[in-house]
Amino acid sequence: MNKARTNPFNTVAMHGALILYTLIALFPVFVILINSFKTRKAIFREPLALPDAESFSLIGYQTVMKQGDFFLYFQNSMIVTVASLFFVLLFGAMAAFALAEYRFKGNTLMGLYLALGIMIPIRIGTVAILEMMVASGLVNTLWALILVYTAQGLPLAVFILSEFMRQVSDDLKNAARVDGLSEYAIFFQLVLPLVRPAMATVAVFNMIPIWNDLWFPLILAPAEETKTLTLGSQVFIGQFVTDWNAVLSALSMAILPVLVLYVIFSRQLIRGLTSGAVK
Amino acid sequence: MTALTLTNVNKSFGDVHVLKDINIEVEDGEFVVFVGPSGCGKSTLLRVIAGLEDATSGEVRIGDNLVNATPPSKRGIAMVFQSYALYPHLNVRKNMSLALKQERKSKAVIEQRVAKASKMLDLEAYLDRYPSELSGGQRQRVAIGRAIVREPKLFLFDEPLSNLDAALRMNTRLEIAKLHDALAASMIYVTHDQTEAMTLADKIVVLRDGRVEQIGSPMELYNNPVNQFVAGFLGSPAMNFMPAGFVSEGDPRTLGLRPEDLQLRTDGELTAAVLHVEHLGGDTNVIAQVKGTQITARLFGQHSIDQGQTVNFGYSPERAYYFNADGLRM
Repeated sequence: MNKARTNPFNTVAMHGALILYTLIALFPVFVILINSFKTRKAIFREPLALPDAESFSLIGYQTVMKQGDFFLYFQNSMIVTVASLFFVLLFGAMAAFALAEYRFKGNTLMGLYLALGIMIPIRIGTVAILEMMVASGLVNTLWALILVYTAQGLPLAVFILSEFMRQVSDDLKNAARVDGLSEYAIFFQLVLPLVRPAMATVAVFNMIPIWNDLWFPLILAPAEETKTLTLGSQVFIGQFVTDWNAVLSALSMAILPVLVLYVIFSRQLIRGLTSGAVK
Repeated sequence: MTALTLTNVNKSFGDVHVLKDINIEVEDGEFVVFVGPSGCGKSTLLRVIAGLEDATSGEVRIGDNLVNATPPSKRGIAMVFQSYALYPHLNVRKNMSLALKQERKSKAVIEQRVAKASKMLDLEAYLDRYPSELSGGQRQRVAIGRAIVREPKLFLFDEPLSNLDAALRMNTRLEIAKLHDALAASMIYVTHDQTEAMTLADKIVVLRDGRVEQIGSPMELYNNPVNQFVAGFLGSPAMNFMPAGFVSEGDPRTLGLRPEDLQLRTDGELTAAVLHVEHLGGDTNVIAQVKGTQITARLFGQHSIDQGQTVNFGYSPERAYYFNADGLRM
């Protein structure tokens, strides 16, 4: 930043605001984490206290391990999230490339139609989706979830990626055409690496809602062997009694994989921004 | 043999008619420059030749083959782009060899051609670098190298020098001229810069609004322009135009005089008020006003002329050009 334009007061205010926001955002996560290591009594007596020698307990984690097949839930969530992201990125990027690169009749109309999905929540169609899944025999399979989440993520992905693909230099694509690369090779070898930061953005945007979703797993795949992590954690929340230790432990563990995925994608984001741009 | 024949080529984007009945022949080994103001369709024409755009009607022949339906990579052409268009994720060597790999040439052939091209362009030290680690001039040379290795029948250059600074532009211009001599290949070069056109071309094609205005050697066009547009476009500073009535009463034509054909003469026909003087050392450019029309005179050597002074310019009548009301030469 230009030194002449930075005012120490502004810098402090800016950092202060950002730090404050970080604290607010992280506070619930922090509370969940500390309480997951406490006994039930300690959770209610002093919810904000750190676990000490007296209140420290792993009872929540033990319950989670014993009850239900938690690793299966983990695995289900992971498969659904990763597979959905893969399809969203693949099909989204392909559609975006076609919309950005080729002139054909109805191009704009097609773009608008695909963007419509951003404005209409997919949950409105839940009943129809359920009927379709029943008819096709996909209820209680992970495919039901993957298909729905792919559909849910596509509109925004197409919208963002087509904007980025328009920015990829035409000369570059034409040079590749003159050099004899097929349109598929241009897409996979040339354009995709150049829009990687945008892909990472789309992946991050889509990942969290898919991972956290309770609605569709509950409706489309509530069977024991297809339960996702979010749905699996619900067994500890009852109408009259809630096993808070178990709930908090399950949630703490659910944070980890998302964190790992996020780190992977955000590194792509930063690398994309800093890699040498070619004039 | 002809390297390229365009017959009645037309191109429209929707309702916009950008190329109108283009007929051009390029002989083997010829250096042809398409020149014209921006928006005249010269780049579109090049892309039609390359196959990146389809001609709406008309025939494009490269060598003896009709290539209207042939994809760019099968046309036997290579193209150098204004923005270099190097593959950012490949190093120089891979940038140059990609097209050959697509053609399934053997490793030995690829290596030998890349070595030859990089030697010709002084790129041997940079073969393992990435485009982002090269300067503008080096990138342009890589782009040219990428074209050379394909050994095409026809080279296409799309304003290759416009992203370079003035000094580099002149060097690269020389290099392209040398390359043309060394390769003896047919080249088509698009530019809006008339200096590049005059210095490089065997044949210049002047385009305006999607039409060919005139085709000929640089000196032919300079000495014998068919109309006012061509006369005004070639030559720097540009030709002066004024009503012929200034020198002979009642003449309705337009008089065109090249700046270097104007001489300071006390009995000169044109009385001018000096607006500005540019001292270039070797030349002196005098910008002056004759009855409200601005003219430029290029005087050889150094002259002490002051702003605001009144001077008389004369010219030899055989150096004067006359144009009618439609801009056609008379």
